[in-house]
Amino acid sequence: MVRAALAGVGLACVAGPLGCFVVWRRMAYFGDATAHAAILGVALSLAFSVSIFLGVLVMALVMASATSMLSGRIYAMDTLLGVAAHAALALGLVAVSFLSGVRVDLMGYLFGDILAVGLGDLAMIWLGAAAALSLLCWRWTSLLTVTLNADLAAARGINARWEQQILIVALALVVAVAIKVVGALLITAMLIIPAAAVRPFARTPEAMAFLAAGAGVFSALAGLGVSFRLDTPTGPTMVACAAVVFVVANLAFMGRRGA
Amino acid sequence: MPRVSGWWCMSLMSAEGIGVQYGARHVLQHMNFSIDAGEVVTIVGPNGAGKSVFLRVLIGAEQPSEGRVNRRHGLAIGYVPQRLSIGQTMPMNVARFLALSGSQNASTNQTMLARVGIPDRAKEQMASLSGGEFQRVLLAHALLGAPQVLILDEPTQGLDQPAVAAFYRLIEEVRDEMGCAILMVSHDLNVVMRRSDRVICLNGHICCEGTPSDVSLAPEYQALFGVDNEGALALYHHEHDHTHDTVASP
Repeated sequence: MVRAALAGVGLACVAGPLGCFVVWRRMAYFGDATAHAAILGVALSLAFSVSIFLGVLVMALVMASATSMLSGRIYAMDTLLGVAAHAALALGLVAVSFLSGVRVDLMGYLFGDILAVGLGDLAMIWLGAAAALSLLCWRWTSLLTVTLNADLAAARGINARWEQQILIVALALVVAVAIKVVGALLITAMLIIPAAAVRPFARTPEAMAFLAAGAGVFSALAGLGVSFRLDTPTGPTMVACAAVVFVVANLAFMGRRGA
Repeated sequence: MPRVSGWWCMSLMSAEGIGVQYGARHVLQHMNFSIDAGEVVTIVGPNGAGKSVFLRVLIGAEQPSEGRVNRRHGLAIGYVPQRLSIGQTMPMNVARFLALSGSQNASTNQTMLARVGIPDRAKEQMASLSGGEFQRVLLAHALLGAPQVLILDEPTQGLDQPAVAAFYRLIEEVRDEMGCAILMVSHDLNVVMRRSDRVICLNGHICCEGTPSDVSLAPEYQALFGVDNEGALALYHHEHDHTHDTVASP
């Protein structure tokens, strides 16, 4: 239970700030494509018996890099990403079914299995989260400038492609971290919902990042508590809590503005 | 045509034989360009002439298909983009945006904000500013980087006539104070003709180039801007305070 709580908090601390960039840069679908590739990563790491964390990380990186290079000329970006996201998920599921030798807990990878997190997993989760968070802090100003306007960034000598790669690596790290916690299907939710929930209350990008991390931590802990009491699946319960936070935050904001 | 250049005063930045191609379409061809310290250069040309593309090549946002751009070592560029769509998704107040320029000193930033004429807007959200205020914040952001060359891409787009005049007056004052060179794309022909040292008339390539009076007499310019030409000329030659309605944006 403590391990589960620590795992959830570790993920939320990095998912909040990274989720802000996903929201600002309209990368929600991009996050989905990367997260769904994780299932393919699971299948491959089981097939070649390497660590799941590594397999998912590599597959997420490949997916994110590939889709970010496909700049749509005939297809809109969301079409391409839709193809990539669902193709990756379907291929992953098919690939897992070929693994006859091992019994694979597919539900665990799709929706997370935070209660089964061991000490080793926990270490990987915190290391991965810390690495992604350090990347974001290190490039923070440049990432913000590129997100505002690529030309403005170029005039200041910031390379937009390089910063995009930084975000991709951070996203892949978070996907690899999150697959144990909330599962491949709900990773994007943990990125987007806390960030979106706190948007009305933030006046600077930094404030939004901190608040998003806070909202994420709250959702993770509340979700864990609720799932323990009601005996519900933990990952989905965490996301449901985040959704409640989103609704309450927006109602509160509307109430404050109306008053 | 007169050019302020020579061995004693190396240009800040220059472009040699720039060409940009999108697929089979040549957007820019054979562009040679240079700008010297303190010079005000304006690029005019019809829509789709490649003006913005050329600026993007100069600031390094776009790689030319051919040719090369030279910048003086350590050149500080201030850039005011044509559009900056800070959506509602990102919270950003004016003070934080100014600090993104690298200038972390709040009082310096506040002084700059006062300099561009909006001292009381530091706490406002960028998305809630009026068009004129927004452009002033962008200008302040660019100036905080202490640029040697200030590049503006149609900075007065969407502003009304008095706001346009005020904005150009501000740019001119700032130039006098900071001594930076200015390169801008503009549709405001009457202003261009009055305030630039040099005008470049662009339409996929450089049609003509020189002092405002030279350019306005050039047949290439007259062909591009047609009837507007006379109005612009009239404005340039006798500087009355009234404006002619015939001077419209092309």
